[in-house]
Amino acid sequence: MTVVDTIKDADTLTLTIVSEHAAPVDRVWQVWADPRQLERWWGPPTWPATFTEHDLVVGGRAAYYMTGPDGTRAHGLWRIRAVEPPHALEYEDRFADADGRPDDTMPTTIGRVELSATGTGTRMTVTSTFPSTEAMEQMAAMGMVEGMTLALGQIEGILAEG
Amino acid sequence: MVVRQLDQDEVDRVFAALADATRRDIVTRVLRQEASVSTLAEGYAMSFAAVQKHVAVLERAHLVIKQRHGREQIVHADLSTIRAAARLLDRLEEIWRGRIDRVDDLLAAPQEGTAT
Repeated sequence: MTVVDTIKDADTLTLTIVSEHAAPVDRVWQVWADPRQLERWWGPPTWPATFTEHDLVVGGRAAYYMTGPDGTRAHGLWRIRAVEPPHALEYEDRFADADGRPDDTMPTTIGRVELSATGTGTRMTVTSTFPSTEAMEQMAAMGMVEGMTLALGQIEGILAEG
Repeated sequence: MVVRQLDQDEVDRVFAALADATRRDIVTRVLRQEASVSTLAEGYAMSFAAVQKHVAVLERAHLVIKQRHGREQIVHADLSTIRAAARLLDRLEEIWRGRIDRVDDLLAAPQEGTAT
């Protein structure tokens, strides 16, 4: 069991998952930094991912699609918010159309990855946040609806995993 | 309060229902306060019939409940469905657990192309 902790916050719609891996930090960084390695685990076996762009610099982007059992392609796009090899990566993950244009009607999630050395390997912390565009000034009730829309939007393309 | 699990068809219906800005707005309004269809219709530049159709879509997704009260149809938010959305974080956790297992498989596999 490599997952050592998960923290779910339904109010802020944040999932934090902490795992430990028996490999050095530099090696674990490669599974994010090398698109050929990334596509071996990002999508589930039934929806494998193919990365067509992968530019890990601040402001850079990565484009991918996941191919479903019936050949359907679900396109996604990352915009890199922060990158500090080999310790941290932060990206916005959005739905996109087949031409790689972000779908503005669909929500954006933010992923943050942190890698740190332990005595025996690497600890990886991945935090996924579903931001609400106007959450700050909205009532709590409205935040719930927004949050749900965001969560559903993100989940939709990868439902086959569930 | 019992929190229901949404099955996949339900998730699809909820998602489709909330994909429309007017329908999101209707859910937000009735979460704050129940409202009649005619009151809701006053807030939008569309016909009563069009608003009624939006409410019907939300009703089928179990996001709102419509009750007849005299000549009015009162729309309430269906909190059990909305609370169930919190369960989506559980689904996301499953997705990440799958990813982490695959990362481990990858780390355990002989390295290709990186050692040359």
